[in-house]
This record gives sequence, structure tokens and C-alpha cells, in this order.
Amino acid sequence: MTAQAVPTVRIQAEDFDVTAEIARLAQGRGDVGAIVTFSGLCRDEAGALAALELEHYPGMAEAEITRIATEAMQRWPLTGLTAIHRHGRIKPGENIVLVVAASSHRQAAFEAADFLMDYLKSRAPFWKKEHHADGSAGDWVDAKETDEVAARRWKPS
Amino acid sequence: MKLIYFAWVRERIGKPEEDVALPADVKTVADLLRWLRSRGEEYEHALQYPDVIRVAINQEHVDHRESLAGANEIALFPPMTGG
Repeated sequence: MTAQAVPTVRIQAEDFDVTAEIARLAQGRGDVGAIVTFSGLCRDEAGALAALELEHYPGMAEAEITRIATEAMQRWPLTGLTAIHRHGRIKPGENIVLVVAASSHRQAAFEAADFLMDYLKSRAPFWKKEHHADGSAGDWVDAKETDEVAARRWKPS
Repeated sequence: MKLIYFAWVRERIGKPEEDVALPADVKTVADLLRWLRSRGEEYEHALQYPDVIRVAINQEHVDHRESLAGANEIALFPPMTGG
């Protein structure tokens, strides 16, 4: 296997280009056989939601996602791993998060992307506040117990 | 000590961050949460259920038993909802 790749982690207000991020992990190498991407988008909650406001902890957001991504690269034989998380005001249909996992074979890429999202959900310091379409004051989104359960399934037993 | 607050913890306390002088007997995260609650009703409102409050010291997650020794920056926030 070639030298361990370093994950790419970006926290940004602007949108990302999924195609360009896939190409970046394939570029200039012949050992990549599988690239899995996960995109998380803002839902409109049946028309009730005008936008989500994503607050984050600058510095720790990058550091924590980098810690999770580095663990993923140690657990699976990946050739590359990218995680991008947006902050600020995001409207329904717009991107929130992107994970791109590249490997020689698909299983590692699928599992690493799944692991990264499960951990990111419960450990990356981001908080969503809803803005309602009818103009009424929105509230902070509650954390889901199911996300904690999803993250726990990756713990060694 | 620099304290930073996020999301509804920030809104309820009414400020994003502050510098505080901690009493000598505040040694752990749990001590800090208890002490902060005594500082006024906005703190009591934010921290009335301390078990749900997540804490990071120097930008790393810690549990409530963690010592504050060596902390430069302590952040208090609700469970995270990113992704």
C-alpha cells in the first residue's frame, strides 16, 4: 500500500462542487477503484421550513472532524477522504455536508463514509436552528437519540 | 478563564463568551456547571439540566468528571446537531 493519505477537512459558508471533489480524489493515481459520496441537504419539512441556520465552533469544528476522519483512515484502507461541512444560513434543497471516501475496493469506501457521518452527527460542534416559512420564531433542532445509537455501533465490542 | 457558549446555551446566558475568575474550589467540569448556575437566573435557565450540557476543554470533548487543570478555553453547548 502507498503512504497513508491525509484527510481533507473544510468548514465553509460557501457551497461545494461534488463532481470536483470526486475528481480530486481520483486525479493522478491508478489505485482508486471505488469512490463513495454522501451529500446531506437541507429539507423543507413539508413546506414549513424557510431555512436552517448552522452555528459552529470555529477551530474545534475542523479539529473534531479531522480527528474522526483520521480515525477512519486508520480503520479502513482508504486512498483519500474528504469532509466538507457548511455553516451559516442554508435553504431547502441546498447542500449542508459532503463526505467523499476513496479506496481500492467499495466496501472500505462505503463503511468509512458511513462511519464518518455517524460520528460527525454526534461529535462535530454544529447546531441547527430552524427558520419557519410562516415567519414565526424557529427553534433549535433537538439531537436525536438514534444518531447516538448509530455512532455507538462502530465501537469495538 | 475563557468560557464560550453556543446555540441555546449562548442565547439563554445572553452572551457568546466571557472571561471569569474561577474560585479555587471549582476543580472539575461538574464544579464549573454548579458554580455557573449560582451566578444568576440566566445561567440557571441555561444550565438547569446539567446532564445535557456538553463541554469541550481546549477544543476537545470532555466528560463532566474532567479536571479543569490546564484549561485555557472551556466551551459549553447543547448536544450537537450537525451533518
